[in-house]
Amino acid sequence: MSEKTAVMKQYLRNIYQLGIKELKGLYADKVLLLLILYSFSLGVYISAKAAPESITNAAIAIVNEDHSQLSYRISDAFLPPMFLKPQEITLPQVDPGMDEGKYTFVLVIPAEFQQDYFSGLDPALQLNVDATRMSQAFTGAGYIQQIIMRETAAFAAHDAKLPPAAQLILRNRFNPNLTRAWFSSVIQLINNVTLLAVILSGAALIRERENGTLEHLLALPLSPTEIMLSKLWSMAAVVLTAATCSLLLLIQGVLKMPIEGSHLLFISGMAIYLFAVTSLGITLSCLTRNLPQLGILLILVLMPMDMLSGGLTPQESMPEAVRTIMQISPTTHFVAFSQAILYRGAGFQAVWKQLLALTIIGAALFSFSLLRFRKSVTS
Amino acid sequence: MNSLPAVSAGHLSFSFGKTIAVNDLSLQIMPGTLTGFIGPDGVGKSTLFSLLTGARKMQQGTLEILGGDMRDAHHRELCCPRIAYMPQGLGKNLYFSLTVEENLQYFARLFGHDAAERRRRIDLLTSATGLREFLDRPAGKLSGGMKQKLGLCCALIHDPELLVLDEPTTGVDPLARRQFRELLERIREQNPRITILAATAYMDEAASFDRLEAMYDGKIIFSGTPAELLQNTRKNDLDSAFIQLLPSEKRQMHREIVISRQNSCQEIAISAKNLGKNFGNFTAVDNVSFEICKGEIFGFLGSNGCGKTTTMRMLTGLLPPSAGEVEFFGEPLDLQKTDIRTRLGYMTQNFSLYNELSVRENLRLYARICQIPEPQINNRIKEMLERFQLTELADRMPPELPLGIKQRLSLAAAVIHHPDILILDEPTSGVDPVARDNFWELIIELSRKDQVTIFITTHFMNEAARCDRISLMHAGKSLACDAPDEIVKKNNCSNLEEAFIRCLESVQHISPVPPLPPLIKEPLKPPAKFSLRRFAACAWKENLELLRDPVRATLALFGALLLMTVMGYGISMDVEELPFAVLDNDHTIISNNYALNVSGSRYFVRKAPVKNYADLDRRMKNGELSMVIELPPQFGKQLEQGLSPEVAVWVDGAMPMRSETINGYINAMHQKYLDSLPGNSGTPVNIEVRYRYNPDVLSLPAMVPAVIPVLLLMLPATLAALAVVREKETGSIINFYVTPLTKTEFLLGKQLPYTAFAFLSGIMMLVMAVTAFGVPVKGNLFLLLTALMLYSTAATGMGLLASSVTRSQIAVIFLTMLGTMLPATQLCGMINPVSTQQGLARIIGTIYPTTYMLLICRGVFNKALGLKELLDPMLILAGMIPVIISAGTLCQKKQQS
Repeated sequence: MSEKTAVMKQYLRNIYQLGIKELKGLYADKVLLLLILYSFSLGVYISAKAAPESITNAAIAIVNEDHSQLSYRISDAFLPPMFLKPQEITLPQVDPGMDEGKYTFVLVIPAEFQQDYFSGLDPALQLNVDATRMSQAFTGAGYIQQIIMRETAAFAAHDAKLPPAAQLILRNRFNPNLTRAWFSSVIQLINNVTLLAVILSGAALIRERENGTLEHLLALPLSPTEIMLSKLWSMAAVVLTAATCSLLLLIQGVLKMPIEGSHLLFISGMAIYLFAVTSLGITLSCLTRNLPQLGILLILVLMPMDMLSGGLTPQESMPEAVRTIMQISPTTHFVAFSQAILYRGAGFQAVWKQLLALTIIGAALFSFSLLRFRKSVTS
Repeated sequence: MNSLPAVSAGHLSFSFGKTIAVNDLSLQIMPGTLTGFIGPDGVGKSTLFSLLTGARKMQQGTLEILGGDMRDAHHRELCCPRIAYMPQGLGKNLYFSLTVEENLQYFARLFGHDAAERRRRIDLLTSATGLREFLDRPAGKLSGGMKQKLGLCCALIHDPELLVLDEPTTGVDPLARRQFRELLERIREQNPRITILAATAYMDEAASFDRLEAMYDGKIIFSGTPAELLQNTRKNDLDSAFIQLLPSEKRQMHREIVISRQNSCQEIAISAKNLGKNFGNFTAVDNVSFEICKGEIFGFLGSNGCGKTTTMRMLTGLLPPSAGEVEFFGEPLDLQKTDIRTRLGYMTQNFSLYNELSVRENLRLYARICQIPEPQINNRIKEMLERFQLTELADRMPPELPLGIKQRLSLAAAVIHHPDILILDEPTSGVDPVARDNFWELIIELSRKDQVTIFITTHFMNEAARCDRISLMHAGKSLACDAPDEIVKKNNCSNLEEAFIRCLESVQHISPVPPLPPLIKEPLKPPAKFSLRRFAACAWKENLELLRDPVRATLALFGALLLMTVMGYGISMDVEELPFAVLDNDHTIISNNYALNVSGSRYFVRKAPVKNYADLDRRMKNGELSMVIELPPQFGKQLEQGLSPEVAVWVDGAMPMRSETINGYINAMHQKYLDSLPGNSGTPVNIEVRYRYNPDVLSLPAMVPAVIPVLLLMLPATLAALAVVREKETGSIINFYVTPLTKTEFLLGKQLPYTAFAFLSGIMMLVMAVTAFGVPVKGNLFLLLTALMLYSTAATGMGLLASSVTRSQIAVIFLTMLGTMLPATQLCGMINPVSTQQGLARIIGTIYPTTYMLLICRGVFNKALGLKELLDPMLILAGMIPVIISAGTLCQKKQQS
């Protein structure tokens, strides 16, 4: 029994010592440190501020053929900062204007609109939307419809003074004002955690392989598991610390996002996620022969992981097949986990499935790279 | 003319930060001489050479080469076709994936020879060096000696007047060394006016040179003929003469090596039986057997690539043998068992020290790994520091230490756990004679006093002679294995070097280097500012390298298609099938109707009803529900009575964009419901929404044109950036510094293949968009292709720009990823139009080429636009190219600093 304990102790001691060595090595690489610092401070901040709050400066043009009180009331309702001042144009200007991308929205108010409205003739307004404008197209169209309904209802009510038959009380939970910065800063943080963990662990291995020290380590009484684990824990610790600081100081401090759930639960979850992604980094570096290959492989793996994680666009709107495939990506689970804890304040019962998935993915990647490890060093 | 020196340096100084490499050095070298530079490693020889060839930017002093000032850029341009430089390291100026022929072709093209002249020169040089039959072999697959010969051929292809060779024979076996020396003699016979400068670590080589310059501490400490050196120092051989030259403190550390022979063999420490290793079809080690006694020093000799390192790796357990077995003290070596390795010490060629740990910390790390009990560690470190004379240096960092000390530290680390067996892989290459002898003293002490069994490889014959027994390897086979004296005797030779060469000659035919026929002198023209031929040569070489790494090319080409599929199908801005549930406190037909009104749409999917507030809270928190509709008690009654009941809707605000869309939908649905109520007085406003350019709001037609610009930026930029930085890391960038290649030719030449490649990948994406995704190109196809071409050029140009500010490949991968991924996907209008962004994001979005390519792509794909409408973005895109390329050219340096 005591011999086993001694072996175990030696094992842990080696992992710890080699990890400390990794940390000192990283500390010596000032360029890398600078890039890490950037990605968790300014990198997150720029991204948070890049996405406009809700919809801003939407270019709208109005073809007003009615020239009635109601039609002017509607066109006056599109106000900055959400909309640019509506342009008055004529019907023939609609197509070229939209083709050139001058207007994202063109509202056509037909002649006699007000008259027909009050005569109950069911007149139709036409809203042209530039669908290539992606997000703005969909949310903007929704807003414009709401504004028109509100204005016509108010205009009508001015005459009738009747309350609507039923009122709709909308409440956005977890982010009442739908502040975009809260959302995009967390997504950027997650993306940077992924990027850094994968690159740092992959590079740590390749660097030692190129310097020949890895070969030396393998000739010492060390097992590949110890060498790999030492790289995992040290790189994960760096990213975990940087990400935690970024979350507390930048996202919670500067961007004023309330964190609903338990900090401890989130950080523990991030540690498990880091185990999975650092293992991924080691796996990728075991699969490639040189750095250009690793660079391209990184893009090929990281891009879909980031874009399809459910962070950029919701998982629900992806095809079933994509959703199923993305279950093998650790990022998908971590995004769901982070959103549940950070925004919704969910507890352990709500996220244990994601944690389990992350653990399984991490273990699978780790075992795979362990199999490839010795081969990649000596061949 | 002849009286002018070829090289004239006055008070030349150069320092890297605080370290002074060349210190107030003055030097004159006459044309037509062969001058040797001797001195320990790290005394500034390489730095001096890079200054002499113009590869490095001068700091202080004056330097005239071939009659002109090297500070003058114009003179550098004029004289660089007359200088040739072969940097230190095996094949440092070669491209390993290119064949011998292609390497030579590339250099010949850079110096502007036409096809016939190139052929003539290549044939001539390769016949003389015996490389003729290997013209089709990739340079990376040549042995060390052949690499050096090829390096020399590449340097000689343009018939230079000044040839600078930095340790051309270090790490090369004696036979190759002898041939190299013969080759130099032939060159001088053929062209008596050529001035040759060569650094060397081998004193026997130095003895045959016209003059010697001995360097120490960045200064020349002796200058004269070899005979004068012997005379001045009153020594018989150059090795001891050199030691005599050193400052007395350094000299005092040196003692003559005396070795007592070991006679009896008490126990077999290492035994290898019929060891073999195959890599595919290639046999690296073929049936090698040996037995090494305890306490014996066993030397392993052979040319590069003869199987020495492979054998060593099998001994250390790093590589499982294909055949045969290894035993340590009678026990078979088991790869899985780590405890056998505690009896083994291993020192690799590059010393395996961690530069970020101090001397003491390095020792501590190895002590801990080698399982020395914690209480003993401090004592053990102290013992090692004393024994290896490192005590005063204990807190210094390895990069500050000279090579000889690093080597001692490395040995200390290898023996800190008192191993029984010590395996040393070329521990002394590149180290000066004093340090080498000091090192051998330690080895001998370990062996004779501590009975450590030592297995060592070396290229130095005087070191080999000190071993108890040596084994000569060639092509994976052991040619001889005996005591050094016996081998010399058996071959009837006077010394070990001759015996070694004789052994090799017995298995392979070696013809002496034939005399070189004279080259036809071409009149020297000043190099043109921009030469199409050099540019083409650069592009041709880059293209070949890209094709030789098919994994990289395929990944990049098909990777783009894969990513396009993933993003095209996966990303959707629309919101569909969102889970929602109802908390119905009314339970009437009317309330149920309200809920039905919502669940009938394609946007929402109804889940099991919410029971109470706790249930609502739980299910929203874990993300199960995106929306909950709460209908109040008495909803139906109040509605009928016109009391205007309140419907509460809870929306998950975690993803603001999605929530906004939900808000819009539910508002519209609520309005529709109100309108549908009987007796509703108000008239509905009918709003027809037409999504133009993509009427069915499909995600593919919207995504595909947006994905092409993003992918076409990231992959080509990364590839192009790596192409330059990789040369910086491998060292072949030196060819750019010392040949007439201009910055523009170099960068444009690099860019061309990657641009063509990006264009090809763009066309593949187009074809896939139209065929596989069924997204038609509605507008002008020709316009789109032109834009693709322009954009590919801009993307690769950005990669080159990134490469000019970075040195390591990791940093450049990191930089291009950070620099392209975020801007391209988030700031250039892919999701949010640039006009809606603020601050820095807006500025980046405006100056990024992706923004304009997106406009063009969407315009042509979705909007059926032509040149008239897209003229502005096309012009902006075209205008960016010269800006990006000039920025890249400006930032790239033609000299190392």
